Order: sequence, then structure tokens, then C-alpha cells
Amino acid sequence: MAVINKTGAALQEAAAPMRRPSLPIASLLLGALAFVGMMISIWAIFLYAPTDAIEGLSQRIFYFHVPVAWLAMLSFVIVALGGAVYLWREDERWDWLALAAAEAGAIFTTLTLVTGSLWGRATWGTWWTWDARLTTSLILWFLYIAYLMLRSYLGKTSTSARAGAVLAILGVIDVPIIYESVNWWRTLHPAAEIGTPGALPPSVVLVLMLALVSFTLFYCVLLIQLYQLVRLQHLTWRLRARLQAVD
Amino acid sequence: MSTLSTLRLFCSQVLAILGKDIRYELRSKQTWLGMGLFALLVFVIFNFAFDLRVENRAAVAPGALWVAFVFASLLGLGRTIAAEREGGSLDRLLLCPVDRRAIYLAKLLGNLLFIGIVELVALPIFAALFSVPLFSGELLPIVLLGTLGVAIIGTLFSAMTAATRARELLLPLLVFPLIVPVVIAAVRATGALMIAAPDEPPWLGLLAAFDVIFLSLALLTFSYVIEE
Repeated sequence: MAVINKTGAALQEAAAPMRRPSLPIASLLLGALAFVGMMISIWAIFLYAPTDAIEGLSQRIFYFHVPVAWLAMLSFVIVALGGAVYLWREDERWDWLALAAAEAGAIFTTLTLVTGSLWGRATWGTWWTWDARLTTSLILWFLYIAYLMLRSYLGKTSTSARAGAVLAILGVIDVPIIYESVNWWRTLHPAAEIGTPGALPPSVVLVLMLALVSFTLFYCVLLIQLYQLVRLQHLTWRLRARLQAVD
Repeated sequence: MSTLSTLRLFCSQVLAILGKDIRYELRSKQTWLGMGLFALLVFVIFNFAFDLRVENRAAVAPGALWVAFVFASLLGLGRTIAAEREGGSLDRLLLCPVDRRAIYLAKLLGNLLFIGIVELVALPIFAALFSVPLFSGELLPIVLLGTLGVAIIGTLFSAMTAATRARELLLPLLVFPLIVPVVIAAVRATGALMIAAPDEPPWLGLLAAFDVIFLSLALLTFSYVIEE
């Protein structure tokens, strides 16, 4: 009986952070907003945006590729920031955020590579070239995978969290250096055309902005879900460890 | 304690750990012998893979040289902290009242020394096997700075991967993406020695800059990686 009581107490104690009331309404609202935004974006990308005079239909990939690439990079910054704050504050919630952002970022980087490759095939006639942006995206992808592998090999420990943070901080400083060094090596990517006025018709800029906003909303929804998943995984793991300790 | 005596203490700590590692390595001969043989084998494999003839030698030789060096370095780097862990001496090393940065610097210098010796032996063999004119004084700083860049990142990450089961698998996955700038600069600088190319960026200076950036980051973060 004493053992059961002890187990019960340990369970309750460990489960305490899990019973914190979450706010599904805010999450649902954000999800609904992201859904509506994505639907409008898809309509705008395929029906509203003008067809490119030179590149033709394949130019529409651009409206997917740019937001996805932006989120892939943003994600890595979040991983590094989460890691840095974790090292500073020792609050594991920042580490959960970093891990969630790494999982989301790995997906978005994969999508960046796939959409970019499809567009490259249609426009340049080749799936891949070793230009600075492509090479840097590929290396970013490798960094995400290395991060996720490191975290999974080290388990749900503080060693794993610290190692991941150091990798992400090194990576976030290294990625611009990689970009520059590959740039010195060679290059062929279309330069950014948004800044100069008149380079793109206003409808194209509008659709691109719409796509950027709705993809970012979708990313936020995904990140929140992944964060909750990572949090529950860690709490469950801790609960199990405590139960084994009680046994 | 004054700054000078702190610095002197720090240096003596680095030298003590470095001396211990050198003595261990001289007696066991595990790491550097393996690394050297591995580098030679990579040269042999490259000879078959690329068929280094006169016309493409200058284009391929710097790459072949650096791939051999980087691969061989990683073999030795993986053992940096893992050897301490296997010997059960890592806990004792960490219990010493020593700055973590001293441990890192000692390990880094040790790695640089062993990899450097292997490279010094491998370079003339490479030059002879492929009849490449690699004997110029300018190659030494390139090899030194390139190896330093690989060793800085490798030593840092060997501390992380030492605790995992898949150490040999994980270390290259972590190190290779991060050392891309170092590899590019080192290969290009070596290539520029063989064929003088115009409009090349100052690769040697860039290599030094990468090393400084990586070294400061590694010194800042090492204590988080090694703490148990």
C-alpha cells in the first residue's frame, strides 16, 4: 500500500506541469486564420497571379519557394536563439522551442530544396547547380539533420539540450560564412528582385506578400503543435523515469 | 591574483594536459599511426578513382590532398575525448580545478600536433606519388591554418559525441557541414599555389579569419558541452 501511495504521489508530482490549462482557443483561431490564408494564397497563386512572360507557368513555384525558404532560415534562427537563451537561463522550455523549431525547419528546408530543384529543372534545365544559395540551403539541411540526430542520440537529457544549443549557435554564425565563401567560389541564382521598384508587377508582389504571411501563420501553428508534442514527450519521459525509480 | 600570474597558471595547465596526452600517444601509438596509414590509403584510392594524369592533376590534386587530410583528421579527432572516457580519466580531468578552456586548448593543441605530424609525413609522399610540385614554403601556412580550422570544430564536437554510442557516425555528420568554408579556402589556396589564378580572393587571410571566428566560438561554448 505504501508503495502504491508513493507511486501515486510521484506520478502526481511529475504530472503537475502537464495539468496546466492550455489555450486551445487561441491555437484554434490561429489555425483557422492560417487555413483561410493558405486557401486564399493558393487561389491567388494559381488564378490571380499573372503568368510570367518568359518562364511561363513554372514561375508560380516561386510563390511557394520563397515563403518556404524564408521559414527554413527563420527556423534555424529560432533554434539558435532558443538554444542560446537555454544556455543562459537554463529554462528547458526554450530548449523545447528550439527542438520544435528544428523539426519544423527540417521539413521546410526539405521543401525549399524540392521546390527550388523543380523550378531549376524548368527554368535552368538542370535539377541542381552548385551556386551559393543552393549549396547553403543543402548545408542548412545537413545541419538540421545533424541537429536532430545529435538530439535523438543523446536522449532527453540536459547534455543533449546543451550540445544542441552549441551546434545551433555555431551553425547560425557559420551559415552566412558558408554562403559568402561559396559565393566567392562561384554563383548563378536570380538576384533578389523585390527591392528595386518596377522590377516585378504589383500583383506579383501582392501575391508573394500574401503567400509569405499565410505560410508564416501556418508555420506558427505547426511550431505550437510541435512545441506541445516535444513538451509532452519530455514530461512523459520524465514520468516514466520516475516510475522506474520508484519501482 | 594578478592577470599575469593567472595567465601563467592557465598556460601551465594547458601544457600539463598537453604533456599528458603526448606521453599517452607516444606510448600507445594508436592514433597517429592509424591516421597516417589511413591518409596514405586515401591517396591510393584517389589514384584509381581519378586517374591523376598530367592534364587534370592540377585540378584534382588539391582536392585529393584535403579530402585525405580531413578524413584522417576526423579519425584522430573522434578519439580526443572518447579515449579519456574509455580510460575512465574524463571524470578526474573534469574534477581538477582547471578552467574548461584550458582543457579545450590542450586537446586542440594535441590534435593539431598529431594531425600536423601525420600531414608532414603524408605531404612528401603525396608529392612523390603524384609528382606534384608541392614543396614550397607557402604550403605550410595553408596546411597549418586549414588543419587548425578542422581541429577547432572537431575537438569541440568530439566532446559532444563521446557520450553517444554512434560516435564514429555522428562526428563527421556534425563536423563536415560546419567546416565547409575552411575546406573551400584551403583547397583554393592550395590550388592557387599550383596554378596562379587571377582575381582570387585572399584565401589564406580568409582561412585565418575563419579560424579566429571558430576558435572564439569554441572557447565560449566548450564548457557547456563538456559538463556532465
